[in-house]
Amino acid sequence: MTFINYAAKEINCKIVYYGPGLGGKTTNLQYIYNKTAPDRKGKMISLATEADRTLFFDFLPLDLGSIRGFTTRFHLYTVPGQVFYDASRKLILKGVDGVVFVADSQRERMEANVESIRNLEANLQDHGFDLLNVPFALQFNKRDLNNAMPIEEMYRMLNYKREPTFEAVAPQGVGVFDTLKAVAKQILVELRQR
Amino acid sequence: MEVFEAEFRQLEEALRRLRHDSNAKAVFLIDKNGQHIAAAGETEDFDSTSLASLTAGNVAATDGLAKLIGEREFSVLFHEGQRDHIHISIVARRAILLVIFDERSSLGLVRLRVKRASAELEKVFDTMTEKSTRGGADGAAEPSPFSEITDEDIDALFSE
Repeated sequence: MTFINYAAKEINCKIVYYGPGLGGKTTNLQYIYNKTAPDRKGKMISLATEADRTLFFDFLPLDLGSIRGFTTRFHLYTVPGQVFYDASRKLILKGVDGVVFVADSQRERMEANVESIRNLEANLQDHGFDLLNVPFALQFNKRDLNNAMPIEEMYRMLNYKREPTFEAVAPQGVGVFDTLKAVAKQILVELRQR
Repeated sequence: MEVFEAEFRQLEEALRRLRHDSNAKAVFLIDKNGQHIAAAGETEDFDSTSLASLTAGNVAATDGLAKLIGEREFSVLFHEGQRDHIHISIVARRAILLVIFDERSSLGLVRLRVKRASAELEKVFDTMTEKSTRGGADGAAEPSPFSEITDEDIDALFSE
């Protein structure tokens, strides 16, 4: 739920990057962190295992300037993608304003993608959200790999509600900001309609 | 969550009093979703955004643990450091009160003062909830500043 402080004139929104393990959620955040001016970002926090796998979450606060006199901040979170971290994944969805689903384009990861979307749907429901009504963007990551599945086929398998969908190569930044923008826009449009 | 001017001042005042009475270094009020609400004391020494996010994560994980063993919640958490310590408690079931203190105070004093401040903060939260619901119900009381947001406003955020 968007946090609005009328006294401090601030809007804070929470965006969660979801998806199967090793799909590139943390890489999306790292790219955004590296490409954002120092005065527009806070510290990036990664709670990871020694092998650099996300254990609890990554967190990146972004300050995108102001809208109607209100400082607009986006707090980006990733979830741990590995299946057995489901309890932690559910916790991070608490109070979410928008979700980015980072799908792995490799053919052998399609089952993991599908399972992860179902898991997202179920975990949102546990928080009283319906994915159909939550601002949502879909990203097909790792488009540079040889074993990447054709876009149309992926779209058929993974698209949930005709959400904005982007091709990405996260380490090079391809599609990273477009995906973030798409979900941020939906959140702000929803704020307008509230 | 929506925080309006009058309640924000009341929250800040309650935090300032708690900071003073407990002899703490700093006091932070955080939304359970990880958003910083208000603070008092030597706040410039701390990264309040990171503090808010990690505290909420900590509380969420501890809540999960409580449920696993059949408890509703662990209402107080205490982290003891070499110099500084952290006392975390839940206020009004939806906010987190974080007190950072050192040898100038003690766990007992902090616990005592937090109890008193929590009651005060809870009242302010009740007013906030009431205002928010009323605003949502009759809507017209105070027009939302966001109803006027244009597509250009949104695009401008991403222009740089």
